[in-house]
Amino acid sequence: MLSVRQLTKVYEGGVRALTDATFDVPRGQFLAIIGLSGSGKSTLLRCINRLVEPTSGKVIWGDIDVTAASQEEMRRIRRRIGMVFQHFNLVHRSSVLTNVLAGRLGYVSPAWSLINRFPASDIEKAMRQLDRVGIADKARQRADELSGGQQQRVGVARALMQDPEIILADEPVASLDPVLAHSIMQHLEKINDEDGVTVLCSLHFLDLVHRYADRAIALNEGRVVFDGLPQEIDDRRFKEIYGKEAERVG
Amino acid sequence: MKVADGKRFPRALRSIRLGGLILVGLVIYAYGFQVTKVDLEETRSENRRAQLVRILRALAHPDLVSFPQEEVTVSAPISMPCPTAPVQQREINPRGAYILVTPNCVESGGRVQIEGFNLEHEADVTLFMVPPSQVNLRIGEARTDVTGHFLAEVQLPERPSDQVQSVSVVTRQSVGTPRLTRTAYDTWDKIIETVFLALLATTLSTAIAVPLSFFAARNLMKGVTSTMLGVSLSILAAPAGVAVGATIAPRLAGLAMSVSHGATASLVGAVLAALAAWLVARWALPPEELAPPTRYLRLARAFAVALAGLASLVALAYTSDLLLRGGKSLVSSIPSLSFLGSFVFNLGEILEMLLTAGTALAAAGVLVSLFGRVGRTLSVRLPRPALHAVQLVVGAAAGAVLLVLLGAAIDWFYEFRQPTLTLYVPAAVGAAFGLGLSLRYAGRDVLPVGLVIYYVARTIFNVLRSIEALIMVIVFAVWVGIGPFAGVLALSLHSIAALAKLYSEQVESILPGPLEAITSTGATRMQTIVYAVVPQIIPPYISFTMYRWDINVRMSTIIGFAGGGGIGFLLQQNINLLNYRAASAQMLAIAIVVGAMDYVSSALRERVV
Repeated sequence: MLSVRQLTKVYEGGVRALTDATFDVPRGQFLAIIGLSGSGKSTLLRCINRLVEPTSGKVIWGDIDVTAASQEEMRRIRRRIGMVFQHFNLVHRSSVLTNVLAGRLGYVSPAWSLINRFPASDIEKAMRQLDRVGIADKARQRADELSGGQQQRVGVARALMQDPEIILADEPVASLDPVLAHSIMQHLEKINDEDGVTVLCSLHFLDLVHRYADRAIALNEGRVVFDGLPQEIDDRRFKEIYGKEAERVG
Repeated sequence: MKVADGKRFPRALRSIRLGGLILVGLVIYAYGFQVTKVDLEETRSENRRAQLVRILRALAHPDLVSFPQEEVTVSAPISMPCPTAPVQQREINPRGAYILVTPNCVESGGRVQIEGFNLEHEADVTLFMVPPSQVNLRIGEARTDVTGHFLAEVQLPERPSDQVQSVSVVTRQSVGTPRLTRTAYDTWDKIIETVFLALLATTLSTAIAVPLSFFAARNLMKGVTSTMLGVSLSILAAPAGVAVGATIAPRLAGLAMSVSHGATASLVGAVLAALAAWLVARWALPPEELAPPTRYLRLARAFAVALAGLASLVALAYTSDLLLRGGKSLVSSIPSLSFLGSFVFNLGEILEMLLTAGTALAAAGVLVSLFGRVGRTLSVRLPRPALHAVQLVVGAAAGAVLLVLLGAAIDWFYEFRQPTLTLYVPAAVGAAFGLGLSLRYAGRDVLPVGLVIYYVARTIFNVLRSIEALIMVIVFAVWVGIGPFAGVLALSLHSIAALAKLYSEQVESILPGPLEAITSTGATRMQTIVYAVVPQIIPPYISFTMYRWDINVRMSTIIGFAGGGGIGFLLQQNINLLNYRAASAQMLAIAIVVGAMDYVSSALRERVV
């Protein structure tokens, strides 16, 4: 169970990205986070693994207070939280395999990994994950030689290497075409179903929310304005979330 | 906008303003002329022009090749004074070289006309009178025309004799194949020295600048924070670490050497120590860890890592001993490859020197990070009042130590020899400053340590970069003597600062995405640098290193001017000796090398990047 309590983030310069966000995510849930661009979705996800340091509020994961953890403890927490990014965030000049192996960095000894030594079991595991997302044949290629959809699959494989209990997906399909978007979403769905991994996924398109999410929360100007089943988002709620001018697409 | 402009400056006023600006410009230029002593009168002086022509012609004839020369002497008899008996006519071969002297007899010190035929074309000839003593007396010079003919009128010296004397004409003519001159050989030697000087300086500075550049990269350092207690403990740990390292390294090396009495023993020692270090490190650093280790296991591991560090220290000490011995025996056994032998010997010496410095730095680094971590943990764990008390004491001590060290450095430079000024006052000020900071950043508040390091590193690089290598070499020439080694050190120091700045700017411009992604996997800061930063910066680093090599080749051609060895030394000498043909040869060599470097480095850069 992941509990987010009154989470608030004010960036330097006074921009208020998140205000008193409070919600719980039960283990194994597929939670969609929706809202306009700039409504605080990315900040919320990054506050959970403290890539962004929250200004106040708490994130409690099981019996661990994530917001109070030391640097050393953060390493142990982060390695169980996979993250998938809108722009994939692969290291372009490294091979696909190295990018996937990077998912193990939280587990392997810092000293050995500095000279690029990974245990054989990890390399095997990396190949299995690549196989699972269907690009095992690309393992030795440079990451920037892959197409967008393939790159995102590398991103998913990297997150899977962490043996995650939670996956934070920050608009994972926003830079992909609809076909690829579904393929990536299906991978996430499978991970959610088969491995019981909790998924927090920010999404733009409501049809993706309807199709994949168990539950949705909506942010507007940093505040949680909706928390419920995707099916409950009717026209009235839609206007509340996206503003009066908004039209539904897709 | 136009209307508004027009209102502020009506047309007439604008013209006046323009006129005024032009006037100001003229005044500035006039002053510039005066300051730089522009004197067109000088350029018209005949004397100066002749010199200019001479120098330009010399520069156009680099002293690279010469021909072996042969002297050809052609003589004709002359009587002084005229004899009573008529002089016999000579036989002359009209096809060969000959000279005619008219008249063929003169009074002592009289004038004669000398005409030469079929001599070397367009050559300088020297005219001599050869009295019976056979000592050549120079009487004049001439130049032959295209047919090898000349006509000269000269005055003969007063050497009356009743014997027949002679007048001779000496021409030099080039024969055989051209040969490289001494200057050409010297230039070749020195240009090779120059290229290697640049190569050594560039590689040395790259190796040092790469790690340093991370400290001057804002995006990496911004996230480095610590609590007041952590910072204070780290500051206290740094000098302690240096002291510990500097004490341990020479003692341990001495101990290791006292056991070994020969190459074999050193070899065995090096292998055994390295093996021990490897095995212990393998145990202490498990490849992968799923559960957090117990406290005792962690303690044991820390101990084992320290042990492995000591073992590798011993291994390195033996290695340096092996290199010294090996180098020496290589020099004596294979004289033709003696440069390899002395290289190995030098490597051994460098290793020996670096062992102490490296251990001191490593010990300081380990202690700083260890105590920083302890401090951060204590900031969280200790109850508030206890934390405050500890923090005040440690903070004051850290501030005092920092300023006392600074005071010691100032005292070393300026030799005040006044403890009040350089010891007590800094200690008091530092302690007060530490106390103030401790009160301001209480408990878990974090200080932007990384940003402080960033600004300090930046400042040092900027200061070092603004000192030209030509000036640095003066200091190094005093330290290691005039020669290319001083040049290497000066160029290296300057390059370190320049490269570290360029590199760090590349680090700052990397994509933040991969950094974020690697951090989110739970990677440590070092891992993040190796996996997210390094792959992104390799191409620009290579490109900047090449560019620096290019610059260093150019710099090393003139660093000899200030005692840094290389071709500049030769060039300066020849310019001072007014030996312009030799200087021209060296300038040509510089031009060729710099041009070639330019081409090679741009070709390489295109291929790599």
